[in-house]
Amino acid sequence: MSEEQEVVTVVKAPVYLKYNFTAGAAPARFLAQIKKGVLTGQRCPKCSAVYVPPRGSCGGCGVATEEEVVLSNKATVQSFTIVYIPIPNNPIEPPYIIANVVPDGANISFIHLMSECVNEDVHIGARVEAVWKPKEEWDFAMDNIRYYRPIDEPNVPVDQIGKLPVTGLEG
Amino acid sequence: MKEIAIVGFKQSDSVSDAGAVNEVEMIMPVLSSVFQQVGINNAQDVGFVCSGSCDYLQGAAFAFVAGVDALGAVPPIKESHVEMDAAWALYESILKIRMGHAESALIYGFGKSSPGELPIVMSQQLDPYYLAPLWVDSISLAALQARLMLDQGLITERDMAEVVSRSRRNAMNNPHAQLAGDVAPDDVLAEEMYLSPLRKADICPVSDGASAMIIATVDKAKEWGVPYAIISGIDHRIETHNLGMRDLTDSVSTRTAAKRAGMDAGKVEVAELYAPFSHQEIILSRALGLGDETRINPSGGVLAGNLMMASGLSRIGEVFNRIVSGEVQRGIAHATSGPCLQHNLVTVLEKA
Repeated sequence: MSEEQEVVTVVKAPVYLKYNFTAGAAPARFLAQIKKGVLTGQRCPKCSAVYVPPRGSCGGCGVATEEEVVLSNKATVQSFTIVYIPIPNNPIEPPYIIANVVPDGANISFIHLMSECVNEDVHIGARVEAVWKPKEEWDFAMDNIRYYRPIDEPNVPVDQIGKLPVTGLEG
Repeated sequence: MKEIAIVGFKQSDSVSDAGAVNEVEMIMPVLSSVFQQVGINNAQDVGFVCSGSCDYLQGAAFAFVAGVDALGAVPPIKESHVEMDAAWALYESILKIRMGHAESALIYGFGKSSPGELPIVMSQQLDPYYLAPLWVDSISLAALQARLMLDQGLITERDMAEVVSRSRRNAMNNPHAQLAGDVAPDDVLAEEMYLSPLRKADICPVSDGASAMIIATVDKAKEWGVPYAIISGIDHRIETHNLGMRDLTDSVSTRTAAKRAGMDAGKVEVAELYAPFSHQEIILSRALGLGDETRINPSGGVLAGNLMMASGLSRIGEVFNRIVSGEVQRGIAHATSGPCLQHNLVTVLEKA
């Protein structure tokens, strides 16, 4: 070649698209309740599993979850991890705990934060409760629950996690 | 080779805005309705499942995975997905059955196009180096195509208006249609230009909805004891993504696909053509050589409602419905993908 050409390795083509996103009918019902300070799930009419947060169907059975179930503030730790690295825009100082918690009355866990705890003492089966933000700050948002904190109740055996009634361990 | 039949088909209403429902909520009613039609419980009762959708439509990453929540996938099922119209999910399912990996399949397509600006969203399916960065929208490209045809004297604006008029009138008998009415060609011509030479009526509407189909080997269809129509041929062909390199006034790929699918082996009583723009119906019917013996788009076609990623499957379903009702014995369905009819699929259906 008579002339060396610079090799093009990058073409910049940014994509901006605008959407009017909707959460869905079932998530909208859930969000309307959480704005009122109530944690709800939805029950599958076929297998009775209670989903939280509900997405509209029971993924196992493929049917709509219509019945709304009010869940407890108490929950059980199904799994957890201790985060040691800072996450951009996250105001929480590491190390902190992210846990999979199952509220009493539900059969599916969701991810939330834990606080007011000794990180090293957190364990699977530990009992926790939701600590809500002040009422005036409630919005259509999962972080109306600020975090979960440990409570003084006996551990839930692993095979019972996700199976407690809304009345809890003694129920 | 195993003969494959369509045993069930359902389509939702085509609506301009499905409101607050999410993908699962949009799909579930259509699926339960097609399960009921065939007399099965859920996706556990078919050998394979394949869906067609595009996450760009509603701007929700992995929307297609959320769709699986409508299936009843516990215990695990054999499942696949195409980021295309579900007509291509049907194609994949047919291959699966022909290979002997399944005896039956559920196919579904869904699209919630209302949350985004569809013509702009579609610009991002263009070639990423030269065209997508220009944001050329799907309507502008179709307008260029229509302009070529008008200037070459291949069509007139009245020809286009006649396509629209027939679509609106036929759609009066389609309970799922979004746009229907006793509209005369002169009414269409009286409309103002939207994107010259296209009037709004020349362009399919933006729609939300879903459709679902169940296919099976003929043996399985007989076991289920439901009416069925035979898929006697299916083929798809694609042309270059470079719009300047192909004749936009013709559809070579459609013609080839129809030939390979065996369209010419018998009379074509009905043809459902996926033509999102009025002039494209003319391109397609000419490419296929359809004459007076063929009824084109008796459902109203997609000018009456265009469920992105489901409309192609619905064209096939519409022909299936007419065969099992005894209205016709043989027909073809066409599906398209890409700008200006780039990629085309033709299915031939026959009475059992």
